[in-house]
Amino acid sequence: MQSRRDFIKISALGIGGITLGSQGIPKLLGNGLFIDPVVSGMKRIPTYCEVCFWKCAAWTHVDEKGKIRKIIGNDSDPHCNGRLCPRGTGGVGVYEDKDRLTTPLIREGEVGSQRFRKASWDEALDLIADRIKEISAEHGPESIALFNHGSSGAHFTHLMKAMGSSNTAPSYAQCRGPREVGYKLTYGSVLGSPEPLDIRDSKCMVLIGSHLGENMHNGQVQEMADMIEKGADIITVDPRYSIAASKSKYWLPIKPATDIALLLAWIHVMIEENLYDQDYVKNNTIGFEQLAHHVKQMTPEWAYGITTIKPSMIRKTARLMAASAPASFVHPGRQVTWYGDDTQRTRAIAIINGLLGNWGKRGGFYFAEKVKIPKYPYPEYPTPKWDWRNILNGRFPFAALSISNTFIDATIDQEGPYQIKGWIVSGTNLPYAIPDISKFEKAAQLAKFIVVVDTMPMEITGYADVVLPECTYLERYDDLRTSPHREPYIALRAPALPPVGDSKPAAWMARELGIRLGLEAYFPWEKYEEVLEWQLNKVGSSLEEMHEIGIKRFPRKSGPLYQPENELPLFSTPSGKIELYSQQLADTGFDPLPNYTEHATPPEGYYRLNYGRAPMHTFSRTSNNPYLADLMDENFVWVHPKVAAKWNLETGQKVYLKNQDGVKSEFPIKVRVTERIRWDSVFMVHGFGHSNKQLTQAVGKGASDNHLITDVKIDPIMGATGMRGNFVTFIVDATT
Amino acid sequence: MRYAMAIDTKKCVGCSDCVVACQIENDVPHGFCRDWIVEKVVGTYPELSMEIRSERCNHCENAPCVRCCPTGASYIAEGGVVLVEAAKCIGCGACIESCPYDARYSHPDGHVDKCTFCIHRVREGLEPSCVSVCPTKCMYFGDLDDPSSEISVLLKKREYKVLAPEAGTKPHVYYLI
Amino acid sequence: MQEEFITSGRNIPHIDPTLNVWHFSIPVYLFLGGLAAGILFFAALYSILKKENELPTAVKWSTFLVPFILVIGLFALFIDLKNQWNFWKLYTTFRIESPMSWGAWVLMAITPLSFIWAASYLKELIPGWNWKLGFLDKAEEWVIKHRRKFAWVIICLAVLLGIYTGILLSAFNARPLWNTAILGPLFLVSGLSTGAAVIMWMSNNHKEQHLFGRIDLLLICIELFLITHLFMGFLSGPEVQLDAAQLFLTGKFSLPFWIGVVAIGLVIPMILEIVRMRGSKISAGWPAMLILIGGFLLRFLIVEGGELTGYIY
Repeated sequence: MQSRRDFIKISALGIGGITLGSQGIPKLLGNGLFIDPVVSGMKRIPTYCEVCFWKCAAWTHVDEKGKIRKIIGNDSDPHCNGRLCPRGTGGVGVYEDKDRLTTPLIREGEVGSQRFRKASWDEALDLIADRIKEISAEHGPESIALFNHGSSGAHFTHLMKAMGSSNTAPSYAQCRGPREVGYKLTYGSVLGSPEPLDIRDSKCMVLIGSHLGENMHNGQVQEMADMIEKGADIITVDPRYSIAASKSKYWLPIKPATDIALLLAWIHVMIEENLYDQDYVKNNTIGFEQLAHHVKQMTPEWAYGITTIKPSMIRKTARLMAASAPASFVHPGRQVTWYGDDTQRTRAIAIINGLLGNWGKRGGFYFAEKVKIPKYPYPEYPTPKWDWRNILNGRFPFAALSISNTFIDATIDQEGPYQIKGWIVSGTNLPYAIPDISKFEKAAQLAKFIVVVDTMPMEITGYADVVLPECTYLERYDDLRTSPHREPYIALRAPALPPVGDSKPAAWMARELGIRLGLEAYFPWEKYEEVLEWQLNKVGSSLEEMHEIGIKRFPRKSGPLYQPENELPLFSTPSGKIELYSQQLADTGFDPLPNYTEHATPPEGYYRLNYGRAPMHTFSRTSNNPYLADLMDENFVWVHPKVAAKWNLETGQKVYLKNQDGVKSEFPIKVRVTERIRWDSVFMVHGFGHSNKQLTQAVGKGASDNHLITDVKIDPIMGATGMRGNFVTFIVDATT
Repeated sequence: MRYAMAIDTKKCVGCSDCVVACQIENDVPHGFCRDWIVEKVVGTYPELSMEIRSERCNHCENAPCVRCCPTGASYIAEGGVVLVEAAKCIGCGACIESCPYDARYSHPDGHVDKCTFCIHRVREGLEPSCVSVCPTKCMYFGDLDDPSSEISVLLKKREYKVLAPEAGTKPHVYYLI
Repeated sequence: MQEEFITSGRNIPHIDPTLNVWHFSIPVYLFLGGLAAGILFFAALYSILKKENELPTAVKWSTFLVPFILVIGLFALFIDLKNQWNFWKLYTTFRIESPMSWGAWVLMAITPLSFIWAASYLKELIPGWNWKLGFLDKAEEWVIKHRRKFAWVIICLAVLLGIYTGILLSAFNARPLWNTAILGPLFLVSGLSTGAAVIMWMSNNHKEQHLFGRIDLLLICIELFLITHLFMGFLSGPEVQLDAAQLFLTGKFSLPFWIGVVAIGLVIPMILEIVRMRGSKISAGWPAMLILIGGFLLRFLIVEGGELTGYIY
């Protein structure tokens, strides 16, 4: 395959990094104490954090010199209750990062010696518009795909729809896709984000494949702390001794890839010992008889042989869950794309929650509500001639949102009727996010045009034809945050400071492109705050008010928070009830009830690659943040002491990792010898191993787990990319 | 008035918010920190237990760092808070050697630096930065001499420990276990 | 298995992974301070005992080295300070609980005294030396007249100088290796030993050499006894002190300790001294040099080793 696209690492030449002396001179006051920022009156501007997707509302404090001094949570915000997580607190570093992109860049030169040159916005935008017009003329606007994550995506999605393409891909198939489908099939509705889990009032929370405390879903970690304070029970199922496991009443050190067996055994125990609310099941569910029959042989003894969890423990934990019902639940998890049968696994979780009868109950799942913000009056979008469903052509029948890897496949495809030719990538570092990177690289070569919008010179920029520098969340207006929660709230994001260098907000970029593409009708505003003012006026507020308070609560309109006792809840399933047995799945040729399938285990000398989070980082986007790098600047590979003894490894020693397909990690990674990991697995935090030299803080530190995930198990129900079926071995050589 | 801090190790998840909040509040230079998280794991897989502690200067009642300072730059201020007067510090490092908790360090500006219990905030009636930011609300700050303060009540109710009690320093940071 | 470590990325220069705030210059100062204390002690002692003519090197000539030794030592201290231009604040206060404060004041007193003592013998060293300034001649007369009082003051200050460095380290109860009352006397004896060694080396008077050879032998024996006592104390102490002892006896520092401090610094000079006393023609320089090397190594290892030991981590 001929390459037309050099991977360009943005060098320091001529791009001009901004030197924002992030230290500042400490202001000594007589006896060496600092001037109190609180006392010396700072301006505070409302925002909501963009470092992860939790979107905690916060106040950005700016001093009289125009320097961001700190970012503090908004007390009224239920996402954070006035306390940001370490990433939000370290958001100051997002602004101050001296490696930020500050000017548009255009690729030029011959293959083999291509590089970026600085360009003006007009030149860059004109070029993008011209190429989009070309590609649209030849292949239709549908052949442009958008890969997005974060708030900027909304602006580009609007542009795409105006252009006539609905081929936009969030991280659905890499993250929570399977559980949204699993819940939709069972309860008739997706869970959304944040999940409507009534953690703080729960008596028993079961975490299976969730490492709350290391994954810093702020509000949920706070409520878990509330649970601990109240003495409520936590049950954690994890092959690794996670932080959550250390706070649990019971930790089930499960053999990896056997979770469905455990879940089925729990269902067996609950049914066999009558640990479920019989009236509730009779009134609200269908398929119970089929379920009972299905799990009859799936005893804890059977599960013991598969999962290595003792039958007594399986029974004990099932009884504990049931005893606390309905104020008990199994957490549906977040990043659930593991082995290719993930939808079935989340169906099993949904079934258990159904037996616990916790839908709409205190301590279980509450009914979340969000504020309905009227859409700004745009002309109707044109109807695309085809979209990602056409590409799928019947595969993944239950996928509700498009799948990034589908677009990648469609870019590689040069034969079929539905090909993707151009990419807009906004806010996602694809090489570190989508597994099986060889496919991504092939697609990047075949794509005719790639635009990357980012705040930092992430590795994805190396594949771009045009790089557009986005200003950070602290420098722009964005859509109002209307996340669902116990009560409906809206939060405003307002700029605290003007954009650094020549960076611009995504809303502005989308508008400028829209105008050049003849779509000015879809961008009838000059500045995005006009849209916000209009929307706020419609709900009885204003920009002025929101600047004052940051976050505004609205009364609930959709009904009470919990299901009233005397009413039967309505489920949006075909039967109107909780579908323990899924006729929809049966009709489409899938298992209507979850089954355990055995998955591959590591070959001799290899260990399952488990990845996860650390509370001070978000994916690969924060590794360069100076404050967060101070907390953790590289990841470690966790190795069990017996394994370490066999390989002669010590904590701090650097090794290369090689996976079952022979792919070797680009950088070595330090070993941590710990009892916290199982002997058949290793663990590493996701998002390190950056290769772009312009990320001066992060480059070369740690290793990238994503590059080692080459064996992807696709979930046939909705297309999720299962990433936990990869195994690694150690390469210990003289170069480490 | 005796200021003290209590940290509930059962609720702490080791997220390090206290570390970055302190760094930003007190302009601590990159590469240095006034507080840190310690993880202690005991046992063999799967019989394991873990304790997570957020550590900092303990503002000891019997502070060896104050005793050994040759210029009096290290002193005990109101509420028993141990502070360093940068203008008097010669950077000899004796206090760093004398601290059993490794709580002090040499600031690039030459003087010795450490946690100040955010005395500049406490004087205004606020809590130290780390306490105010902690997402799990596992940190408590208050006056031990006030029997109705949250910290006094907690220390009566809960089991607690201090670090290196054998060093005889009488620290004012308590870990609820 | 027990793991205990910092997970928030702490990596403070000179604190992590192990404490290392005091580098080369502190052991240099401790050595030079001890040496100066030793020399001045014997100078003052034999001056009081009216032996300045029998032991001229001890009372007079060796003291010419002391001003230089002290100035170099003070310079070593000065460059170790991180906030150097504040150093004068040491002299704005006397903090009785801080051995470092004592040290500052003792040095402040003994350094000019050592200059004065040596200067008072300048005319004997360099015949025909002329002060050229009237008041200096008067001062010299006055010093020589009150020599006994000077000697008493110097002998007290010399003992303080020799012992306070050990007391300073032993006051750091955070460092198990230092937290022992034996360190003070050990450093004093070691300082006296190095002082005696220099005197013995410089002397060309057979009787003086012989005397200081025997003094050194006695001091080495006391030192060996104190070191044994030191480690016996550690080995029967809390775990942190056990670890500290093991560091020296079998661990990272065992080689430089056994070979450098014990063999080269103590046992071999002791043997050489005994052999010399039996009439061997081995030059005095050999045992003296080895004692000096051993004295420096002892302080270097104790400072470095102490920083490695701690109560936590």
